[in-house]
Amino acid sequence: MSKTPPTAATGLPESGHSAPDPAITGRPADDGVLRVQISGTWKMGRRLPDFSQMEKLAGETAARRLTFDARDLTGWDSVLLAFLLKADESCRRNGIHMDSGGLPGGVRRLLALATAVPAKKDARQESRRYGLFYRVGDKTSLFFQSARETLTFIGEVCAALMRLLRGRARFRSHDLGFFILQCGAQALPIVSLISLLVGLILAFVGAVQLSLFGAQIYVADLVGIAMVRVMGAVMAGIIMAGRTGAAFAAQLGSMQINEEIDALQTLGISPVEYLVLPRMLALALMMPLLAVYADLLGILGGLVVGVGMLDINLTTYLDQTHHAVRLVDFWVGLFTAAVFGVLVSLAGCLRGMQCGRDSAAVGRATTSAVVTGIVAIIIATAVITISCNMIGLG
Amino acid sequence: MNAKAHIRVRGLTMAYGGFVLMRGLNFDINHGDIFVIMGGSGCGKSTLMKILIGLKPPAAGEVFIDDVNFWRLDESRRSDIMKHIGVTYQNGALWSAMTLAENVALPLEEHTTLSARQIHELVSYKLSLVGLAGFEDYYPAEISGGMRKRAGLARAIALDPEIVFFDEPSAGLDPISSRSLDDLILEIRESLGTTVVLVTHELPSIFAIATNSVFLDPDSRTMIASGDPHRLLAESTNSKVRLFLTRGEKNV
Repeated sequence: MSKTPPTAATGLPESGHSAPDPAITGRPADDGVLRVQISGTWKMGRRLPDFSQMEKLAGETAARRLTFDARDLTGWDSVLLAFLLKADESCRRNGIHMDSGGLPGGVRRLLALATAVPAKKDARQESRRYGLFYRVGDKTSLFFQSARETLTFIGEVCAALMRLLRGRARFRSHDLGFFILQCGAQALPIVSLISLLVGLILAFVGAVQLSLFGAQIYVADLVGIAMVRVMGAVMAGIIMAGRTGAAFAAQLGSMQINEEIDALQTLGISPVEYLVLPRMLALALMMPLLAVYADLLGILGGLVVGVGMLDINLTTYLDQTHHAVRLVDFWVGLFTAAVFGVLVSLAGCLRGMQCGRDSAAVGRATTSAVVTGIVAIIIATAVITISCNMIGLG
Repeated sequence: MNAKAHIRVRGLTMAYGGFVLMRGLNFDINHGDIFVIMGGSGCGKSTLMKILIGLKPPAAGEVFIDDVNFWRLDESRRSDIMKHIGVTYQNGALWSAMTLAENVALPLEEHTTLSARQIHELVSYKLSLVGLAGFEDYYPAEISGGMRKRAGLARAIALDPEIVFFDEPSAGLDPISSRSLDDLILEIRESLGTTVVLVTHELPSIFAIATNSVFLDPDSRTMIASGDPHRLLAESTNSKVRLFLTRGEKNV
């Protein structure tokens, strides 16, 4: 095969504006042959003749054959080939024989190469339009499939957890330590910032309303109960969903692409035990601690507003908080946080394990892990709040 | 057929969902064979390998490993058999969060009761076998593609497996590295008596080391030849097989 580069046909400077403009002119003849003259410099960036001009010529002459005259062609690159390819396709459709004999040798060979393998009919994916019923059915079966996958995954994690309790599950304690560091100590700065600000906001909003009745002191109750009972855990949970859940999904997803998970399986090592368990344990252990930390920072934020803006005495504020918050609130908050830890890590690991085998799939897995994690947190908060109410822990 | 066959495949059908990739696969892999799964791109070579190493269940048919019906076993028994199978993946598939030594050590830690010291010695020995002595503390990202493949091989032979699978061993390697990997495969087969199964379409490798093969044809969706590639080249009358083995030279 010739290796002539398309632009080697002439020695003209690239897109020199002195070069003649590309053009086609047709000379219809009575013998049913359309002779098309191609002239000028056909290069990228030049104004090309419209393809409809070609079709018009073919329509006017009712030709059975198409030949080219390229004597005045002063330069060409891929745009000429694209144009000729379109002409070739159109000729085939209309039963016209296209004779490329008059074209430069390089163009002829490239054209022959491009048309050598006919386009595979079923390879081109057309965006087919499906009916409403098809789409509803498709989505429904996809939903059930994904529900089954999720349940299978949860089942596998439970089985692995049972093996762990019986001392038979194996993972590297080194890994557990690493994840504890990653989702514990390293998350402190962002948790500090967010929960301090949430405490401030709660106190501000409360103060505006409560000071109408001269009841500013109850800002301490408001902030204390809200943070300890639910907001500390929810804020820590959402931060961890965005921070650690996404990281888990990305880690496992790229391991999936790199066949690292296959490699574990073929060595008879369960990926759920080896990869999911340490991540889940780390987050389930660290989340309650983060929540306690968030509680304290939130109360500190409220205190800043209370003391700084509402002129409440520091000891009075702390005393008021101490009386308002019951131990049961604290335990409920702690329990909620541990549940969030399990949910966020499960969501991250599930999406990571489900990840496809291309780089866009990792992006989807990460996004999906965060969304799943946050939805799970909100639903769990609702369930826990209602359940507590029903068993009288309200 | 051969009663002593190491792996026997009978009536195997591979499919993704409703799409049948290959059907009617019947072949034997004998003890000590260097067996090549060959065929054009996209014909299902890698899928066949996934079925043979226990990663993907077949749509129909049986795989016998040492006369045990591999896919009829429950998961834990299958996992026991998988410990006797080593797999080298296309890009090594080393665990990127661990050093080479930790990669090779993990299967030993998981499946043996050796002491840490013994494991350390074994790891150094396996790495030196593949020419990576001294690279124990490197991470996979810090070494070249060819070295990653060899490290993957060291991990695959960590447990002295009876069968070693290779997915496209010479893909992306320069001719000399590719040749030395071939020599390494031969050496392992000779010295350990391992059965080797390769997925490849590198003709020089196939003719240099293979003793047995199966040829998959994506058009008819089944196998169209099996046996020693040298014999196939000399005797096969199938034009597709000849075209493949002669690199498309039609008049040979």
